Amino acid sequence: MHRIIPPKISQKIMTGVFWASGLLTIAILLVIIGYVLLKGLPVVNLEFILGDPIDSGRSGGIFPFIMSSIYVTLLAVLVATPLGVGAAIYLSEYAGEGKLVKLIRFGSETLASIPSIVFGLFGLAFFVIYLGFGWSVLSGGLTLALMALPTILSASEVSIESINKSYAEGSLALGATKWQTIYRVVIPAALPGISTGVILGMGRAIAEAAAVLYTVGAALMIPTSLMDAARPLPLHLYILATEGLSMDNAWGTAAVLVLMILIITVVTNTLVDRYRKKMMGR
Amino acid sequence: MPKWDEEFFIEKGLLLTAVSSIIIIALIILFVFKEGIPAIESTGFFSFLFGMDWAPTKGEYGIFPMIIGTLGITVLSLLMAVPLGVFCAIFLAEIAPSAMRKVLNPTIQTLAGIPSVVYGFFGLVLLVPFMRLQFGGTGFSMFTASVILTVMILPIIVSVSEDAFRSIPLEYKEASLALGATHWQTIKNVIFPAAIPGVITSVILGMGRAIGETLAIIMVAGNVVQIPSSIFDPVRALTSNIAIEMGYATGIHYNALFATGIVLIFMIIVLLVIANYLHYKKKVTMGGGYL
Repeated sequence: MHRIIPPKISQKIMTGVFWASGLLTIAILLVIIGYVLLKGLPVVNLEFILGDPIDSGRSGGIFPFIMSSIYVTLLAVLVATPLGVGAAIYLSEYAGEGKLVKLIRFGSETLASIPSIVFGLFGLAFFVIYLGFGWSVLSGGLTLALMALPTILSASEVSIESINKSYAEGSLALGATKWQTIYRVVIPAALPGISTGVILGMGRAIAEAAAVLYTVGAALMIPTSLMDAARPLPLHLYILATEGLSMDNAWGTAAVLVLMILIITVVTNTLVDRYRKKMMGR
Repeated sequence: MPKWDEEFFIEKGLLLTAVSSIIIIALIILFVFKEGIPAIESTGFFSFLFGMDWAPTKGEYGIFPMIIGTLGITVLSLLMAVPLGVFCAIFLAEIAPSAMRKVLNPTIQTLAGIPSVVYGFFGLVLLVPFMRLQFGGTGFSMFTASVILTVMILPIIVSVSEDAFRSIPLEYKEASLALGATHWQTIKNVIFPAAIPGVITSVILGMGRAIGETLAIIMVAGNVVQIPSSIFDPVRALTSNIAIEMGYATGIHYNALFATGIVLIFMIIVLLVIANYLHYKKKVTMGGGYL
């Protein structure tokens, strides 16, 4: 090793470099969030949130798009949660380390990494055309469910596996069956972690635009049934920005989206914190 | 024994939910391939992958410029995001005071959760005019796209690498410090080498996200089908190609877009196989975002 710079000096330099990269990362985020909120919040008021769009969204509000986002996200989470949590229970409580389990893990990893536009292609070919659901809340929500599934699965699996084994052993020793133990002991203990996973999956579904681009349509009205076309917020923002319809409304929509994500982050962090305190406290 | 029956059915039911990811992946591959293969058959495998011309009106479907576009944007953004992200991860794991960490971690989580369209819009309104002023041209370029992507993949690289640095046994660090090494020497010679598999995993995950990003790139990359001669030229990514043209594609053109999807799936599976080969058991942290 050629030592060109004395260790004490290199230590000081590198500490500076580390601090700089940490601070730069915060700065980037603050600039982006700050700028979006600064430009968008003045547009956001009750009329904007609860109003109907006027002239394809050039002016007016975004209420139908908020409702669209809520519907597709709810549908996605309702479908993905039982599948994801069930799979997590199976993987952590029943399965050994066989070939099937490896295949399941690889499947879920692949699902987590496939580009969202490919989900969109699949949704178009399968839900919209093959199953005949058309451009609808149903097609869009199911496509998003596939994307939320791996997020919910992996977060639930981590949280179930982190449960102290003595809980389950205590229950089994009292004569409870395996399922009674899982249902009464393991799941309640893992619930905060599972809900965190569900909220994260929700965050992924709310933020997604590419996967719904060709599955949900681009309606301007509040969808009244599963088969109605809709337009979730990110898709609305994309249309406003690329077609140059209204920069003000685009900033407003972006601000609403950022606020939603901030709320989701705060809620998950509070959940995780509480969970940690509870585990430490007893 | 009714109890035994109940247990049996529950176990099989759970198995069914567990197998659902495999079924879904199989369906995705089946349908994307079914729609995509006709285009590859009619164009020819090599002239599809390595063809230089994409002109659906003339029936030419060569995606090579877009493969270069995707790879170019991805590599450029990794060049910026990996050093910054890994340094930030070391900062979080080793140096930051705990109060600071409490601010930074949720910050990075939020960064991971912000919709890609918002990043794209931000890039379109602020970064594109800035690039136009600084470097000339239209401002829509491979470089602009990779700057936006850098911000988008930073959270993945930071959170997964931070996990890797944290999982290094404390004894390693203590031994090195006890021998009189400075903290930086310890990081450079002990902690970093031990964490390399995790760091590489974080890079692969970031790469996967960069390859898959669609709408944000459309908004800032210019979308011209060409092999760029400089990083300030507009390019089109594979993902963008699908999103831009699917709205009006019919016939073989429609199939060719699904075939573009096949290429994307293939790229992602190669990345996953490499990641698995590294045997790094990745931990999904709460809020770590995408995998």
